[in-house]
Amino acid sequence: MFKILKYSIFDLLRSRWSFIYLVFYLLLGSVLLLLNSNLSNAIITLLNVVTVLVPLIGTIFGIMYYYDSKEFTELLLAQPIKRSNIFLGQYFGVAISLSLSLIIGLGIPFLFYGLVISEKVFEFISLIIVGTFLTFIFTAISFFIALSFDNKIKGFSVAILMWLLLAVIYDGIFLISLVYFEQYPLDVFSLTAVMLNPIDLGRTLMLLKLDISALLGYTGAIFKKFFGTNLGSTISFIVLIIWSLIPILGIVWKSNKKDF
Amino acid sequence: MPILKSMQNKLTVLIFLIISTISVHASTIEVCNSCKFKSIKTAIEYAKPFDTIIVQNGIYPTTNIIIQKPLTIIGKAMPTLDGLLKGDIFKIQANEVTIKGFNIINVGKDFANSNTAIRIQKSKNFNISNNQFKNVLYAIYLEKSSHGKVVNNKIFGNAVSEINSGNGIHIWDSSNVQITNNYIEKVRDGIYLEFAKNCTIAKNISTQNLRYGLHFMFSNNNVYTHNKFINNGAGVAVMFSKKIDMHHNVFMKNWGSASYGLLLKEINDADIKNNIFEENTIAINVEGSNRINYSKNNFIRNGWALKVRGACYNNIFESNNFISNSFDVSWNTKMNDNKFSNNFWSAYAGYDIDKDGVGDVPYRPVKLFSYIVNKTPETIILLRSLFINLIDFSEKVTPVFTPDFLIDNQPKMKPVL
Repeated sequence: MFKILKYSIFDLLRSRWSFIYLVFYLLLGSVLLLLNSNLSNAIITLLNVVTVLVPLIGTIFGIMYYYDSKEFTELLLAQPIKRSNIFLGQYFGVAISLSLSLIIGLGIPFLFYGLVISEKVFEFISLIIVGTFLTFIFTAISFFIALSFDNKIKGFSVAILMWLLLAVIYDGIFLISLVYFEQYPLDVFSLTAVMLNPIDLGRTLMLLKLDISALLGYTGAIFKKFFGTNLGSTISFIVLIIWSLIPILGIVWKSNKKDF
Repeated sequence: MPILKSMQNKLTVLIFLIISTISVHASTIEVCNSCKFKSIKTAIEYAKPFDTIIVQNGIYPTTNIIIQKPLTIIGKAMPTLDGLLKGDIFKIQANEVTIKGFNIINVGKDFANSNTAIRIQKSKNFNISNNQFKNVLYAIYLEKSSHGKVVNNKIFGNAVSEINSGNGIHIWDSSNVQITNNYIEKVRDGIYLEFAKNCTIAKNISTQNLRYGLHFMFSNNNVYTHNKFINNGAGVAVMFSKKIDMHHNVFMKNWGSASYGLLLKEINDADIKNNIFEENTIAINVEGSNRINYSKNNFIRNGWALKVRGACYNNIFESNNFISNSFDVSWNTKMNDNKFSNNFWSAYAGYDIDKDGVGDVPYRPVKLFSYIVNKTPETIILLRSLFINLIDFSEKVTPVFTPDFLIDNQPKMKPVL
């Protein structure tokens, strides 16, 4: 598995795409810091980017990589290597190289800006952690989708639809149901709904770190307990880990079952 | 000229004579552990009106002293007055009393009698300055008094719950009092005014108080300026009062699930100018307040800059800066005759072709999401979600839900200085 992981990473590093991704983050980070007068604002803007673009890029990258290297994969399958090792190796290769681009691309401009000496360093680190988690989760989901569909076009559309669903439509339905059932106690419902979507979960985790938690606290006792103490961060973090494990297990299960 | 000069000389002699006769009348009494007077109580009993009592450094157990004649009591090198947790320390019932330079500790905890370090009753021209208060229920309590000063005091409370704690400076049914340069922390209300008139509250710092940094109830015609209210339950609460002048204050970090920078309830004809509101959950929470001018205030990184809960008419919001607030304005009434103009909104995305510094497109400060959160508070969990940004954007392009009367027709392109 590590050999395949190594090959995938080198393959991706040689390809142009991870550099374009890196340059994109470099530019984004520097422009944001240039335009925003302070770090706090830049981090809030980045939050929007991380919760929307990182999943999208993870999805597209994952699915493209799988279909592109399909022939090579089939060649590998003929070798005496465990199937799950091949796919997990490729998956981790993509996810790690994407995460590296994210960390380096955003890290460099912020380091130059003097992040380490400011008090915002923990907010930035949690932003990077959330971004990395989202990369891992969405790359895994896209790999799972790619494994399920042999047809490229079908796989691609399902993956994009999945992203659209989790990034936009989910929140829309969530909002409508909150407004529709406003007469009922909604604390537990809304917290559960947040847990069921990794993007919302990442956003909530960041909001907790960004001190906006006080805005959320006034709505009810359960919110206050969740957002006002460390309980919220701990639970969100655990659920985020579960979220990244489920699609990986899915890849293993699918790859063992699939008939090539 | 010589005549004038001789007249001047005579005048100086006359003034000198007057001063010397007064100083003959008013004598100085010293209190210390080796002096004739070892306690402040006996010194006060002995003293004649307008005498000065000087207390040397040391620790003096002092409880329930009643001052019924004009006296000046001065502490040299901050002597400590220990109330031994029994009742009040000073009760002033005469005009022209000065208490200066003491370290006052351990006032009783009887909150039914509101035990106080310095209680001033029906007196005029008092001067309480340069004292330090520790472990007190109420530090300074004014009742039906007027024309006095409370200057340069430091009050360090240790309030834990609102029910059994007192206020730093409590003013009841008094007028023309100046509260200047005091530092107040960890009490219930830093400064509390009830039925107070014509008071000036300036340059104080009120911080970490359980409830409010400054609290007005039924108090008209007061001014507070150049104060700092940092990290209180709520910065300032102004309730049921008229003609309050609020300017050049700083409201900072009043941050918590039910915290405000400034809470206005039933306030009429007030001025709110040149204040800074930074990092408060709600910078200004307004309810039933009319004819208020808000101008040249800075609202920076608050949760809500303005939360208006209804019954607010004829208010003018002019030349304020709204910078990086999660919500600029939240409004929950359908009627409005309030005016927004010439404010700077950091969320404004319009253009200025004629380069006159005023945006060519009007700005609507109430976002759709702010409207939704008002109706269903739980939806705030979707803050900064992509979907919310999308609906906010589409609402901005074609307003449907947000009140169309709430509009700034002359939004500034650059912050107002």
